[in-house]
Amino acid sequence: MTNEELKNLEVTKSVDARGTACPGPLLEAKKALGTIEEGEIMEILSADEGTKVDIPKWCTKQGHDYLGTVEENGYYKIYMRKNEI
Amino acid sequence: MQEELLQQINELQEQVGKLKKKVSKIENARKDQLSMAVVSGDMDKVMAAMIMGIAAAAMDTKVKMFFSFWALSALRDKNKNPKGKDFISKMFGIMLPKGKNQLKLSNMNMVGIGPMMIKYLMKKHNVLSLDEMFKTAGELGIEIIVCEMSMGLMGFKKEEFIDYPHLSYAGAATFVTDAGESAAQLFI
Repeated sequence: MTNEELKNLEVTKSVDARGTACPGPLLEAKKALGTIEEGEIMEILSADEGTKVDIPKWCTKQGHDYLGTVEENGYYKIYMRKNEI
Repeated sequence: MQEELLQQINELQEQVGKLKKKVSKIENARKDQLSMAVVSGDMDKVMAAMIMGIAAAAMDTKVKMFFSFWALSALRDKNKNPKGKDFISKMFGIMLPKGKNQLKLSNMNMVGIGPMMIKYLMKKHNVLSLDEMFKTAGELGIEIIVCEMSMGLMGFKKEEFIDYPHLSYAGAATFVTDAGESAAQLFI
């Protein structure tokens, strides 16, 4: 997905994990995942650069769709879609 | 002709049965589980173990941490003073760090200045403190297993360990069994 497409996604849940370092953002994403339904999209805001590598790994392992990452000023917006596990 | 076919089907069924058994064996042999033997009582190593454990648990991997030897210092509660220790146990108790916040660094300890600096930097970089790490680990269901043998050897008592929700006591065979079933094993 291109940056434009990612920005236009309808996000159900936004997780602001910019106040935590590794593995904080992953933890917050995991917690928030329980609050959304299958097929819904979640964005994770993280200032930790490792997270943009970690989240795709997590998605692959758990069978969710990693959609892409948008780099903002000093942080990342990471998009994923929840799938049935 | 028909008999031949039936025989072939029977043979195939037998083979499928054998394969099923093998597959279930392989599946059981490698669980989505991380086993760690935490032996070091250095602050940095305990921290690394906790961070990896938390990351794995956040990814729904089952985590079992086997604490042994020097690492047991990290599980002590500084507010608990067990009674009935003999002289050597008491000496060990005094000489070893009393809890995770008193651990030393493996490098750059500099009589305690190093850990202070690291704690300051961790706070500045929003890294969880060791206290928070253990709290999070408990919430995620990470199991901590205390090595009975080294606990006895070093004169620690069960009453002086932290109140952790998934704390149990076992021997080396438990670690070996858990590690054998796990997809990943670490020795720290």
